[in-house]
Amino acid sequence: MERPAWAPQGIDITVPSVSRIYDYYLGGSHNFEVDREAARKAMEFMPGLPKIMQANRAFMRRAVRYAVEQGITQFLDIGSGIPTFGNVHEVAQNACPGARVVYVDHDPVAVAHSRAVLEGNENAGIVAADLRKPRDILGSSEVERLLDLERPVALLLVAVLHFLEDADEPYRAVAELRDALAPGSLLVATHASYEGIPLRPEQAGGAVGVYKDIRNPLIMRSRDEIARFFEGFDMVKPGLVDMPLWRPDTSPEDEDPYAFSGFAGVGRIA
Amino acid sequence: MTGTPDGPEDRLRRFATIWSRAIFPVTATSLTRPEFEQQLLPLARRLRDALRARTFDAAAGKAVGAGLVDTHCTEPEALSRTLDVVDAYLVLYCGTEGAQEEQRVRSARLQHAAAAGFAQALRERTLTEQEAIYRAALDARAAVAAALHNSEARFRAVFQEAAIGVGIADLDGSILEVNDALIRMFGISGQTMRGYNVMDWHHPEDAPQVWRLYDELVRGERDHYRVEKPFSRPDGTVLWTNLTVSLLRDAEGRPEYQLALMEDTTERRLLNLRLRYEATHDALTGLPNRTLFFERLEKALSAGEGQRFGLCYLDLDGFKTINDSLGHAAGDRLLVEVADRLGSCATAPGEMVARLGGDEFVALTTGPDTQAEVEELAARIMNALAAPIRVDGRELTVRGSMGVVEGPAGERGSAEVLRSADITMYRAKAAGGNRYETADAEAEALAITRHGLTTALPSALDRGEFFIEYQPLVHLGDGSVRGAEALVRWLHPQHGVLGPDRFIPLAEHTGLIVPLGRWVLEQSVKQARRWQERHDDAGPLRINVNLSPCQLTHPGLVSDTVAILQAAGLAANALCLEVTESALIGADDDLLKPLRRLAEMGVDIALDDFGTGYSNLANLRRLPVSVLKLDRSFTQSMQRFPADPVDLKIVEGIVALAHSLNLTVTVEGVETGAQAEQLRILGCDTAQGWYYARPGPPDRLHELALVDAAS
Repeated sequence: MERPAWAPQGIDITVPSVSRIYDYYLGGSHNFEVDREAARKAMEFMPGLPKIMQANRAFMRRAVRYAVEQGITQFLDIGSGIPTFGNVHEVAQNACPGARVVYVDHDPVAVAHSRAVLEGNENAGIVAADLRKPRDILGSSEVERLLDLERPVALLLVAVLHFLEDADEPYRAVAELRDALAPGSLLVATHASYEGIPLRPEQAGGAVGVYKDIRNPLIMRSRDEIARFFEGFDMVKPGLVDMPLWRPDTSPEDEDPYAFSGFAGVGRIA
Repeated sequence: MTGTPDGPEDRLRRFATIWSRAIFPVTATSLTRPEFEQQLLPLARRLRDALRARTFDAAAGKAVGAGLVDTHCTEPEALSRTLDVVDAYLVLYCGTEGAQEEQRVRSARLQHAAAAGFAQALRERTLTEQEAIYRAALDARAAVAAALHNSEARFRAVFQEAAIGVGIADLDGSILEVNDALIRMFGISGQTMRGYNVMDWHHPEDAPQVWRLYDELVRGERDHYRVEKPFSRPDGTVLWTNLTVSLLRDAEGRPEYQLALMEDTTERRLLNLRLRYEATHDALTGLPNRTLFFERLEKALSAGEGQRFGLCYLDLDGFKTINDSLGHAAGDRLLVEVADRLGSCATAPGEMVARLGGDEFVALTTGPDTQAEVEELAARIMNALAAPIRVDGRELTVRGSMGVVEGPAGERGSAEVLRSADITMYRAKAAGGNRYETADAEAEALAITRHGLTTALPSALDRGEFFIEYQPLVHLGDGSVRGAEALVRWLHPQHGVLGPDRFIPLAEHTGLIVPLGRWVLEQSVKQARRWQERHDDAGPLRINVNLSPCQLTHPGLVSDTVAILQAAGLAANALCLEVTESALIGADDDLLKPLRRLAEMGVDIALDDFGTGYSNLANLRRLPVSVLKLDRSFTQSMQRFPADPVDLKIVEGIVALAHSLNLTVTVEGVETGAQAEQLRILGCDTAQGWYYARPGPPDRLHELALVDAAS
């Protein structure tokens, strides 16, 4: 029998979670041994994984600031995970007090944690929903309460699209979100790729295998495939590039080689 | 914050720069290094101040260690590198000119304190974060549990309040859970119910596949099945259900439970049975009706090899009279009693009695031995009817006529069998009733043909299946052809050429004789006209056409005849209409009027088959008749040699009588020359018969007339 839609998923903290693994990479302790074990295993193949995460965070930070410079004060961060530090609402509200942020994640623990962190912050909220079902996100009470979709929104899909398999129709999901946003809205996205990783693909494949083992397969896409997510957007300069090369504040020469794994870009709805 | 070059502030910043460069690669911060350096600057300042303070306090080192953790430098390597930087550069960039040794000691103590502060802060932070994530996990679990509880509550409500019965059992069949609806259906408590095993619910009326499906399900070979299944209730009644059983599997897909959904169909089933009973039984007698009888008959007729059937078709004799004289209520009571008696005659398996309607009943017997059984059944039925039936204080004697058909299955259809029985029944009735007859193929064929011909007659005329043959009428004095009698034939598509004796009575019966007769008259008159045109030198050829009794009374007779003669251009005296003697017996003036009119116009009227009825010779004067046609029975007696002298005398007398009344005499059935000669001597005027010619196509007559004229 099919599980009814309204019956909730159970939670099992003996299964590693990508958001807690991510937290571990970033030096946090919001994780359990199963998460750390998986993270260590992946790092055996790719010791620089934390640097990739860090580059993602740094890019996101620059992009959020860019969005604020563009006059955008509304942010929709899907796949927000466990907000440890340097989060969208911190960056955005720092740059623009009163900026509104809606986080979205499908990991119930990440959602519960976010809820605790955001307690008392009237301009930020968390939605328990899945990127695969944009309508659940767009129809949520938090989005309704915090975001005015008639005005531009920065949609953040940072380090999340590569967890959607083709069968999940990630392009359709992005298009559906795009179609719900007003002109001037931005898509801020990063995506993992074998292109740019300073390793042989076989070795990087080991890390990918770890994610596969924890039933959160990491889908490595080519630059062209990643560019397709920006269909219907005008690319903001410098386009779809290595993460450290997107509007750097400091010389990218100092960056760790792993920071160049995967791509980052910002697109604007005309 | 900018200081003079190489001033204390500038030196402090250079220290912070060195420090940030050392630890930035091992931080997880998303800040840029210059931003990160800005975060280190206050910490560097505290170190410098502690180094330079009048009174040394190592607490600043602790604060710096904790500050590192606050800037998200949680890697131990960050501490190690920090201590290296402080050790090597703090005194150098932030110290004073004096007391180098004291400053070195202070630097070392600040490092110790920083390490402790770092460790303490990291421990605090780790514990806090661990607690936070655990609490988040607990919160998430609580949320899931609450949602699960809600969904379970909803499920339970659905389960408990459902109108259909729901039950869950394990794979061994032990009942684990049942809902209220199911308990109500079975009429026992839930406690008792949970003591049951599914296997306890075998029922004699279970469909054969039910338990095979069950076994397949519990073995995991089938995920669900749906059947109609009866259950015995403890009170002995039967619960009928539409039962759907589904297999519930665990998360790994292993069969775990079975879920049964039951809909109580008992009432519906009873209603269906009742409707079915009503649809298949006669309301008056309670016997099976026509529908059910035909179902059974079809079944018997389609049974396998070696199977036979026997059918008795009973129709009460004179039932209409009883109905008419005693009323329908009495008639109905009689039928009910008859039905009861018949019912008691057919009680063996494979036997049935049904009422087809009215006073028609059938009894059916099936099986391999019906040849003997059907006779016994028929005898039992006749016997059952023998005793008088008491209705409204009267003793009524019931008689019935019965047709019996028996035969092997697989040869005939039900309609055919029933028709055979019907025909045979009528044979029994025709034979006087109160008896049974057994079907006989030959007798049936005749009856079937009669029946078939009657129904085929109307369209036969339209389809032009009739044609006319002509038999010459010969003058006995000179042997010349004087005319011909028109004799209608039917070229039947199946039966071939049929003579008038086969279908004229049927046509009379159905009234078709009027249009048929008119058609014959029309054709014959036209033909006569054609003969005259082609053969005027041989004298006028006359045409004789038969008139049936029906036509005689038809109001259009005179006008039709006149119209036909005029249309063909034939003189009235070339036509002779033959009327049977029997049709004119006792005829009154009204009946004779049209004949008189025709006779006045010049049409000859012949009295056909003369001598077969009780002719009132005196009556002959009164009839508008000009020709007597002697019946063939007179000529037949003359075929013997020597002819019966009495017969000769009679014929002689008739001829004399006829002549004295100015009637001419025609004889039929002349087959030999001797006969012809005899009749000529006796004074007969014209003759027809095989001796001269058989009836034939119109051209034959033409030829004969020509031969005749030539000779």
